[in-house]
Amino acid sequence: MQNLIEIKGVTHAYRTKNGPLPVLDRLDLCVPKGEFCAVVGPSGCGKSTLTRLIAGLMKPDQGEVWLHGEQITSPRKTVGMAFQNPVLLEWRSILENVILPLEIVAPKMPRAEREARAHHLLAMVGLDGFEHKRPSELSGGMRQRASLCRAIVHKPDVLIMDEPFGALDNFTREDLWQTMRELRAAEPFTCVLITHDLRESVFLGDQVVVLSGRPAKAQFVLNVDLPADRTIDVLYEPKASEMLHILRDQIRIAQGREAH
Amino acid sequence: MNRLQKFGVPLVAVILFLLFWEGIVWINDWPNYVMASPSDLPAAYERFWKLFLVMGWQTLWRTVLGLVLAVIFGTVIGMIMGFSQIARQGLYPLLVGFNAVPKATLVPVIALLFIGQHDFNTVLMAFLISFFPIAVSVGIGLSTLEPEYRDILRALGASKVTIFWKIALPKTLPEFFGALKVSVTLAFIGTNLVEIVSPHGRGLGALFKSGETNGDYPLMFAVLIALAVLGIVLYYAVVALEKIFAGWAERPAN
Repeated sequence: MQNLIEIKGVTHAYRTKNGPLPVLDRLDLCVPKGEFCAVVGPSGCGKSTLTRLIAGLMKPDQGEVWLHGEQITSPRKTVGMAFQNPVLLEWRSILENVILPLEIVAPKMPRAEREARAHHLLAMVGLDGFEHKRPSELSGGMRQRASLCRAIVHKPDVLIMDEPFGALDNFTREDLWQTMRELRAAEPFTCVLITHDLRESVFLGDQVVVLSGRPAKAQFVLNVDLPADRTIDVLYEPKASEMLHILRDQIRIAQGREAH
Repeated sequence: MNRLQKFGVPLVAVILFLLFWEGIVWINDWPNYVMASPSDLPAAYERFWKLFLVMGWQTLWRTVLGLVLAVIFGTVIGMIMGFSQIARQGLYPLLVGFNAVPKATLVPVIALLFIGQHDFNTVLMAFLISFFPIAVSVGIGLSTLEPEYRDILRALGASKVTIFWKIALPKTLPEFFGALKVSVTLAFIGTNLVEIVSPHGRGLGALFKSGETNGDYPLMFAVLIALAVLGIVLYYAVVALEKIFAGWAERPAN
């Protein structure tokens, strides 16, 4: 299978007043087309830096980031992004928020077509009838759903998510996992998800990459060998428990290295 | 009920204030050359109503023009400071220093620089005194824009100009209008400073000055009230603009 995302030996450091702070150290990562890659690791290990590198918002000090067989040096329109904070624009309605990327990526698309696309996505995530509300009128979970719609409205090849469900309560989070799977079933896209939640990584991921403590390397890769059409119940099966256990051990190792 | 409350409460407050004013003058038995009372004012307005109209208009248009210049210049300076850290470091001490200079001391300087240009001098002073809050608020609004807000468009390859128009500018509008409300009252101070310190027969400030020279104290108080009314009118004009352009920032009360 062709790799859509290839990260080759990426090393990156931030310049701080106490000298350079290395965050990534010869990191390698491959995500085949259509796959869902979940990235976990101890906090502060450079996971967010990784998303910004793939999105082309930053250039690595060393190493290469390839997307679609092209080396990434600047942002491109085939990427969608979602963050922990839904960052909806309060002066736009939910519908207009979802349309926003189309105004940049497809400025010539007729308004009716844009709206139809946004309506379609909002209906898929259960936000029927909320199109003309302001973001502040919605609950946290609903805002995050709208944010996901905006991230994929322009049909990106890659969706990059930086802890998008991190600030939600557990039940809302599980609902959104389900929504995420439904969205991908309807319009397949390759996914990179940064998360702190091991259950989330196993439920959503095709592969789970464990990053070591800072500066981060890919310490361990787990292939999630679970059926493609999962429901939340799968997490309570022995197979999933075993995987969660392995991941937990790997995180412990990663943290140990950071402490030392 | 709501409407009655909206207009009734401020009206009652004004009436109470006038009664209080009338009351303390009456209790202390002050003659009108110590302190005029509200009941002295109608006579002054009746006698000089033409002057009030002409000079009130002169004060108003020069204040508004100065304010418009302050909005344009303040926004540009704010944008420069918001986007460039070097510009921010360089401009802040200059701006703060300039703002700290008492503007009354600038009146003679300006009067000598542009001799005889009364309208120009007055507009210039209204502008000088009122652009600072706008520049600072726009600068802070832009420089504190959360990186994620920029990233949602930057990740799509949007240009800086697009990001400014679609994200940074609208997001800064509430702060901008907050500053504009401060600037409105400041601009009036600027206009009147020139009209009073260096009077040239134009504007309510000059009318105030002539009341002082002629010992017509009720006229002086009438001018002060007229200035207050102009200030309130302009302030609520800004509030109306804010409702149109940044009404989204207002959360429904619960």
